[in-house]
Amino acid sequence: MSSGLKSRSFQITKTEWYIIIAFILLPFVFDFSPYFQGLLIFVLIWVMLGSSWNLLAGYTGLVSFGHAAYFGIGAYAAALPYYHFHISPWWGLLTGGLVAVIFGYLLGIVVFRLRGPYFALGTLASAEILRLIFGEEDWLTNGHNGILYMTTWVSKYPYYFIGLILALGAVFSIKAIMNSKAGFYFLSIREDEDAAEALGINAKKYKNISTVISTFWAGIAGAFYMIYMGFIDPEVVFALHNISIITILVGIIGGVGTIWGPALGAAVMVIVQEMFRSAIFGLAPSWVSRMHSLVFGLLVIFVILYMAGGILGDWNLITKKLKFLKRNQGK
Amino acid sequence: MEIFIQSLVSGLLIGGLYAIIGIGMTLIMGVLKIINLAHGQILMVAMYVTWVLWHYLGIDPYLSIFITIPVIFVFAEGLSKYLLNPLIEKESILPENQVLMTVGIGMVLVELARTIFSSDYRSVQTSYTDKALYIGNISLSFPLVIAFGIAIILTAGLFYLLSKTDLGRSIRATAQDKISASLMGVSSLKITILTYGLGSALDAAAGSLLLPVYYLYPDVGPLFTVKAFVITILGGLGSPLGAILGGIVLGVAETLGATYLSMGYRDAVGLVIFLLVLVFLPGGIKQLTKI
Amino acid sequence: MTILRLEKLTKNFGGLTAVNNISLEVQEGEILGLIGPNGSGKTTIFNLINQYYKVSSGKIFLEDVEITNLKTYEIARLGIGRTFQVVKPLKRLTVEENIMAAAFSNSNSFNAAKKSAKEVIDFCHLRDVAHMKAGSLPIGGRKRLEIAKALATKPKVLLLDETAAGLNPTELDTAIEIIMKIRDDLGITIVIVEHIMKVIMNISDRIHAIAYGTTITSGKPEEVAKNKTVIESYLGSDYASGGIANA
Repeated sequence: MSSGLKSRSFQITKTEWYIIIAFILLPFVFDFSPYFQGLLIFVLIWVMLGSSWNLLAGYTGLVSFGHAAYFGIGAYAAALPYYHFHISPWWGLLTGGLVAVIFGYLLGIVVFRLRGPYFALGTLASAEILRLIFGEEDWLTNGHNGILYMTTWVSKYPYYFIGLILALGAVFSIKAIMNSKAGFYFLSIREDEDAAEALGINAKKYKNISTVISTFWAGIAGAFYMIYMGFIDPEVVFALHNISIITILVGIIGGVGTIWGPALGAAVMVIVQEMFRSAIFGLAPSWVSRMHSLVFGLLVIFVILYMAGGILGDWNLITKKLKFLKRNQGK
Repeated sequence: MEIFIQSLVSGLLIGGLYAIIGIGMTLIMGVLKIINLAHGQILMVAMYVTWVLWHYLGIDPYLSIFITIPVIFVFAEGLSKYLLNPLIEKESILPENQVLMTVGIGMVLVELARTIFSSDYRSVQTSYTDKALYIGNISLSFPLVIAFGIAIILTAGLFYLLSKTDLGRSIRATAQDKISASLMGVSSLKITILTYGLGSALDAAAGSLLLPVYYLYPDVGPLFTVKAFVITILGGLGSPLGAILGGIVLGVAETLGATYLSMGYRDAVGLVIFLLVLVFLPGGIKQLTKI
Repeated sequence: MTILRLEKLTKNFGGLTAVNNISLEVQEGEILGLIGPNGSGKTTIFNLINQYYKVSSGKIFLEDVEITNLKTYEIARLGIGRTFQVVKPLKRLTVEENIMAAAFSNSNSFNAAKKSAKEVIDFCHLRDVAHMKAGSLPIGGRKRLEIAKALATKPKVLLLDETAAGLNPTELDTAIEIIMKIRDDLGITIVIVEHIMKVIMNISDRIHAIAYGTTITSGKPEEVAKNKTVIESYLGSDYASGGIANA
């Protein structure tokens, strides 16, 4: 739960170095088909989104049900200058995060005073409003037709490495901040905002800081998505179930309030999604491929009921249960 | 001017149906203290049940409320007993885990519907679905008028239940103070299960009444969930009277929005109202009038 | 010198006046006890000082600087620490992390906060449980943690709200020892609300007694203990002749 806080300052652990090196070497070691590379890139996008959500919800206690808002804004921040002025969407990597932050800050003014479920609903409503506006205002966004862009490269490798840098950037920047004063303050606000205030913590200021960092990375993820996919439309990037809810799932499955939980959750999500979309890689009858949304729903129910801390969060419980089962098997 | 009155009237009629949806949600919110993000999906389930009854057995949608209400009531009680109540004990970092659970339930319901019925639009056609009543030049959709009437009856019944019966008193007690109520012998566990059933049953009635005038497809579920919580926040939490006003306001606002802005923005109207209320009038209409 | 001054403090909740025109002064380095029957407004006064409730009228001064309308966290940073009657530990953080979170109000680096926290942990006898999650501590530990958190903010004035309630005799003695050390070794001024007479009468330099939101009297413990109105408000008029020092 307070993983990483025991280190005296920001340090990359040995395990983390192994993970980084493994990811760098991955495409060289395995001659991955573009299909697999594509999957990996999606994992990286979900790592960014999941980590960003986790900072706000898992560490600061502000459970956003509308993270798609920032993702979508980042995506359109990259796409709109291209659509209207033919400016390359790559600039979105600089602007996407910033525009998302501005929006997040404005939204914060409206929803921060809300506690608990009302905050969640406020964020949900704002993402939905954006989805509808971006869909209706054809003159600005080309509405439901979306925006199309000839991607820079055909090969996926460069996207993979850029995505990897961004994803690691998200994870480690969050780790760095959680090891600092701000990180302690986020946790204090999460645990008991009134007690935190009595300890001299300016809750409003720190909620804003957490929001800024969280929305920044969500926006970057959106901009990267635009650059990589070459096509976005409001129904996809502002989607409630397919972006916002899955972001929450990614955070929950991996482990809310842990540094690497969202990364693990992202991997699990993409694996599960692909398993079902491809009908267990072609081994199962084809109707299975339409089941993936259903499986997600069931996953939400299952995880919340039995594993609310996620794989990393409930790690001790899970390993204990496994050891228990193993011991009983031997008998 | 005529267009305005026409929109107003149509909005009022559909507002009546929205009101029941809102009452159901606010009841659940008042007692379980959660936002039931599966509310619209339960409505969708009721709509599909109604459609099946009509399509395969020729049962009139209005009569089918006698079937959908009990069926959904029991179904919802099951959901509450097995999926929601177990979470009350669990201490998790995410305080919203009950709300998230309803999201999960909602997702499963929508996808099951999609699997069974596909994404095709469905509707019912009866002898009266296209009929209209006329007051001067203003047309009133006949099915909506009937629905409005039934809605009034159901609402009156609910108010009677809440104010005059022991059960109703237990519900209100649990909503006000769960601990005190249980100290006085009210089983809060049983009441929460029952209230979830009751709120969903109202939902189900609304679904059956809605089918003659609304296209049915799986994604209708989330759409109505959004409407439901807009109504509830607008009316003020836990206030059935507020939910009625909230439903009517939403119905009118949406219809006016569709008439004067554009069809696409009809659903946005509700969301904008929602944010405005959250910011400026967090207690909802209830706060203004102390209902 | 007067370190904390309340001037004609009043708080209305709708029709109910919880605190009615209360003025008091706290001298630097003293332990001021605040006593009164349940509901007399003691915790409300603390909540007003802290700005958890907005003052209806009146002023509050810390070292002659008016703090009446500042925000809670600003007041904490200016040097008023407080404990809560119903303790508020940061449950999922360890005891050490709880105290570090408080210590950050005076330092910006992880290491400095950790060092500061270590001192407070030792001071409050929490070394054994430093790595336990605050939520799993028994009540005695939680009460000490509550004091420790407030201490780590390096306050000038410490408001202690019923820190002794629910403790067994041994824990009680430890608590008293810590409170005395806070004043003696650290020079922090203390205002303490307490129901356990043994505690408050023995450690306070002065007592301020209130009932129904108004001041009854103030002065040295022995004098206040003999005050008829004070005895009446606690024990009813039958005991007025007995004296609560014997209770």
